[in-house]
Amino acid sequence: MLNVALKMLFRDRAKYAMLVCGLAFCSLLMCQQSSVFCGLMMWTTATVRNIGAPVWVVDAKVEQANEVIPMRQIEVDRVRSVKGVAWAVPLYIGIEQARLGDGSFQNVQVVGLDTGTLTGRPMNMTAGRIEDLRLPDSVVVDQVAVEKFRRKGIKIELGTVFEINDKTARVVGICHVSRSFLGQPYIYTTYDRALQYAKPSRKQLSYVLAAPQPGVSDRELADRINKLDGLRAIESDELFWMTIRWYIKNTGIPISFGTVVILGLIVGVAIAGQTFYLFVHDNLRFLAAFKAMGARNSTLAAMVLTQAFSVGFIGYGIGVGLASWFGNTVLAREAPPFFMPWQVPAFVAGVILFICSFSALIALAKVMRLEPAVVFR
Amino acid sequence: MSDETKIAVRVENVVKTFSGGDSRVFALKGASLEARFGEILMIVGPSGCGKTTLLSVICGTLKFDEGKITVFDKDLGKMRNGDMTRFRRENIGFIFQQFNLIPTLTTVENVSIPLILQGKSTAEAERRARVVLEQVGLGEKFKSYPNQLSGGQQQRVAISRALVHEPRLIICDEPTAALDSVSGHKTLELLKASALQPDRCVIIVTHDSRIYQFADRIVQMDDGHVVGHFDDHTQLQHA
Repeated sequence: MLNVALKMLFRDRAKYAMLVCGLAFCSLLMCQQSSVFCGLMMWTTATVRNIGAPVWVVDAKVEQANEVIPMRQIEVDRVRSVKGVAWAVPLYIGIEQARLGDGSFQNVQVVGLDTGTLTGRPMNMTAGRIEDLRLPDSVVVDQVAVEKFRRKGIKIELGTVFEINDKTARVVGICHVSRSFLGQPYIYTTYDRALQYAKPSRKQLSYVLAAPQPGVSDRELADRINKLDGLRAIESDELFWMTIRWYIKNTGIPISFGTVVILGLIVGVAIAGQTFYLFVHDNLRFLAAFKAMGARNSTLAAMVLTQAFSVGFIGYGIGVGLASWFGNTVLAREAPPFFMPWQVPAFVAGVILFICSFSALIALAKVMRLEPAVVFR
Repeated sequence: MSDETKIAVRVENVVKTFSGGDSRVFALKGASLEARFGEILMIVGPSGCGKTTLLSVICGTLKFDEGKITVFDKDLGKMRNGDMTRFRRENIGFIFQQFNLIPTLTTVENVSIPLILQGKSTAEAERRARVVLEQVGLGEKFKSYPNQLSGGQQQRVAISRALVHEPRLIICDEPTAALDSVSGHKTLELLKASALQPDRCVIIVTHDSRIYQFADRIVQMDDGHVVGHFDDHTQLQHA
């Protein structure tokens, strides 16, 4: 009878199309918006992921990765003095102003890597060599810089020269890294040169990156560094989640995306639920006939559930497929942000399951109460 | 075979009430009848006299309050719901007033439903459904949908569906109500030819006097009672 149920569903084209469209739209809306939200959250943690150090040491008042409270240079040595530290290097990150060849300005995020080790270097160089950062006035720019400068009519390539706070910067490499939340290009250089680009200040150290010696865990090392006055050591993973939690708590982003996701749920329940109920309601006469002919309640329940979960599965597939296609398209352009971890389709599957179960249960209540004798009325 | 063994359905003093708020409405007030194997029994009477209620309790789609109904020596009053459902599935074929053909299923799919309900595979059920459709002259309409058929053809599909699993009791509720007189006659001729067999009983509820001539016996109802038994439709017309 499940075959019969599916034929009844698929051949009622108007309602079937309405059901699938409703659920597909609902899945698309929830999946796409959740993925954009996740993508946005990933942008907020771009610095953490791009640098990739095991332990980050910051000012004790820092609440998230993108909040820089400058520290004294001596903090690097204080961290190095902690037992169990394999290495500790300085990192500068600051927003500076670049002046392009045509005189226009562009805010950039200057990343100053430890001159000796270049710890935190970009992993994906698309042109040039990162080691060339040790040459005079050299910088490595990311793909966002190339794109933003291109829009202003300036082609960035190896050897291109521009200015950062009136000081010369010569491109010796182009890299591909995760883009930042504010969309400013990353300009990599050495720590010493970054300080020259930066506006003079008494404290200029943004972060101390550290790693534990063998046998010491990141957590243990962070705990030991935390005993130093005025410093806060955070494991990379913890900093990642701390940053995401901060943005969720302190910005309207989750409310904005959450509203759309809830709208998707409402659309799903309203359109799909109502249409499915109508579909079953329209077929009640035939279900009663089946019942009179000897169909058990469990057979009818299986038919209704098969119909509900079939449209749910198909609608979900189309919706998630469209969301993936959208993601694939925008990922090539890197905007808007899009990141679909497995939890997103799993969450959407759960919601669709809920909508289908809810619709089926409401319809089933009617089917179970159905008197077979109604076929004679 | 004695007269007693020929009885397929025996209804004895059956009472059925429906509650309507504080009051109770008596639909059947002690109705009694017998239907024998190899005959077409028609239950006739004015609207609201209890014909359809009597049909519903005979085929076990409606429970009754008092009395006794025996179908093929099975006491329906003592059957549990599950047993009753299985009994209907195995022993009864239905022909409804509005045909109740599923509009999204082809004729062969509609006809195969009773067999699928009995657990037959779709292929086997459709094979047997084709045979029955051939017998009722719809061999060319296997793949047609109900809305592509005339009223008479739809009723023939409904008859095929009622016969495909070879039930011993055929229940027909106003089988000609939605048909013109020519189609109605053809339907009854077909029903008599294909459904009526020595080991089978056909019970028809109708108020269409044009088809009384097809009955072997007629039971007249009024106000919840059986008020007359006639072996010939002409007796009814003179009564």
